[in-house]
Amino acid sequence: MADPMRIRAQAAGDKTTVRVLMAHEMESGQRKDAAGKLVPAWYIQEVTATHNGKPVLTAEWGPAVSKNPFLQFVVKGAKAGDKIAVTWKDSKGETRNDEATVS
Amino acid sequence: MQSRRQALKKTALVAGLLASTGMFPQFAFAFSKEAFEAKNLADVLKALGAGAPTESKDVTITGPDIAENGAVVPLGVSTTLTGVKQLLVLVEKNPAALIALFNVTASVEPAFSIRGKMGQSSDVYAVAVMNDGKVFFAKKEVKVTLGGCGG
Amino acid sequence: MKTKNALTWIALGCLVSTAGWAQKSAVQSIEEYRAMLQDGNPADLFEAKGEGLWKQKRGPKNASLEQCDLGKGPGVFKGVFVELPRYFADTKRVQDLESRLLTCMETLQGLNAAEIAKTPFGKGEQNNMTALATWIAAESKDMKFSLPQAHAQEKVFYEVGKRLFFQRAGAHDFSCASCHGQDNTRIRLQDLPNLTKNPGDGVGFAAWPAYRVSNGQMWGMQQRLNDCYRQQRFPYPGFASDATVALGVYLGVNSKGSASVAPAIKR
Repeated sequence: MADPMRIRAQAAGDKTTVRVLMAHEMESGQRKDAAGKLVPAWYIQEVTATHNGKPVLTAEWGPAVSKNPFLQFVVKGAKAGDKIAVTWKDSKGETRNDEATVS
Repeated sequence: MQSRRQALKKTALVAGLLASTGMFPQFAFAFSKEAFEAKNLADVLKALGAGAPTESKDVTITGPDIAENGAVVPLGVSTTLTGVKQLLVLVEKNPAALIALFNVTASVEPAFSIRGKMGQSSDVYAVAVMNDGKVFFAKKEVKVTLGGCGG
Repeated sequence: MKTKNALTWIALGCLVSTAGWAQKSAVQSIEEYRAMLQDGNPADLFEAKGEGLWKQKRGPKNASLEQCDLGKGPGVFKGVFVELPRYFADTKRVQDLESRLLTCMETLQGLNAAEIAKTPFGKGEQNNMTALATWIAAESKDMKFSLPQAHAQEKVFYEVGKRLFFQRAGAHDFSCASCHGQDNTRIRLQDLPNLTKNPGDGVGFAAWPAYRVSNGQMWGMQQRLNDCYRQQRFPYPGFASDATVALGVYLGVNSKGSASVAPAIKR
């Protein structure tokens, strides 16, 4: 079970800024380990977000997104108390889903 | 403008995705493998079935002038245009140019920030693929340097 | 003639002003880069993990760390970070944060302290140790360092730390002071803080634990000191050894009054 994400969602007027930190190695497949062997690629490929259950964002990432990825986006029309949920799925098929309440 | 191969791949992956998530049938999408393996902007756009790009002041790429470490470079892409289908982030000199692709919906602003890996100093691109097939971009040079040895 | 001169002046004026404006120094650009990273520090992920570990029942004794005394009484975790290292009556030793966590992990949870101390950074229980240290540090964020120097042992450790700081050794005849014993020095683009005095808020001792973007690792003070030893080509110090604690006392007491920014984000 992957480590949890940190999601912060702050409303300012009609716009809610969502900031997400995900725990993931994001191995590019280009790095060599101490023994000189290539560490296989392993990275988040799909990210989706919902607002009160309604899909608002989908994204595809490649291995060049940094380790422990940070993502920021702005949801329109959300208000305090609403739920923002983020899901990621990686190249091994592992997934993680976390939710935050808009403050 | 998808090739048959892409269309078939899409169907297979969609089936897989539906089976695993069952969450977003209307958003079921295939992982754009070819786009993420393409070496430059032109090839990325071709793989996505998009048109030729035009530089535009209505698209913005933000990032540092100098990144102390290429492992984590904060990059922002945004546009003031309406009718945007996707926003892309590209690092020209990376082994594969496309680093992230965002599907824009009416519920989010066409503005995203991420952190990317840069292998060396390079131009970075924000690319807006419009619903009508037009493509606009902005670019900026980010220098990458290794810092010293300590904190 | 006059027009030509006027135009020349305007042209020169423009050149000078554009050059001045475009001449953002490399240092300024690096500072902007660092500022961009402040929001969204992956250290948050370790902080969250650490908080969970504090409360989780673990080890042969199936107990949490919630009774751990980090210097301000059992279970108190707010404000303890800025008063460590300090003397502890129960162990009769001056201990830093990670050393004290080790004590608690053994006495409260029954985990094997010696084994954990031998475990390399980034593996096994050391990951848990780092997460705990990150969370404890976060619970004192922005508070000012105020290490106690009341007990005789605390004073001794300060002097020992100072001796170690200036002791030249190893193949390159380095000491901590080689890099950190004076103002206005740097290695490539890294400014080197002068650690013989208070280097200011959030600098040096006040900036660890920190998340290092260059390797995507969370480092506690123990790992930071260990790496300094490595860079000086010294033999590695023992985890939570007296030498490392003494250095911590010297650095921490010198930082008195400066604000902690830990957990920080660094190159």
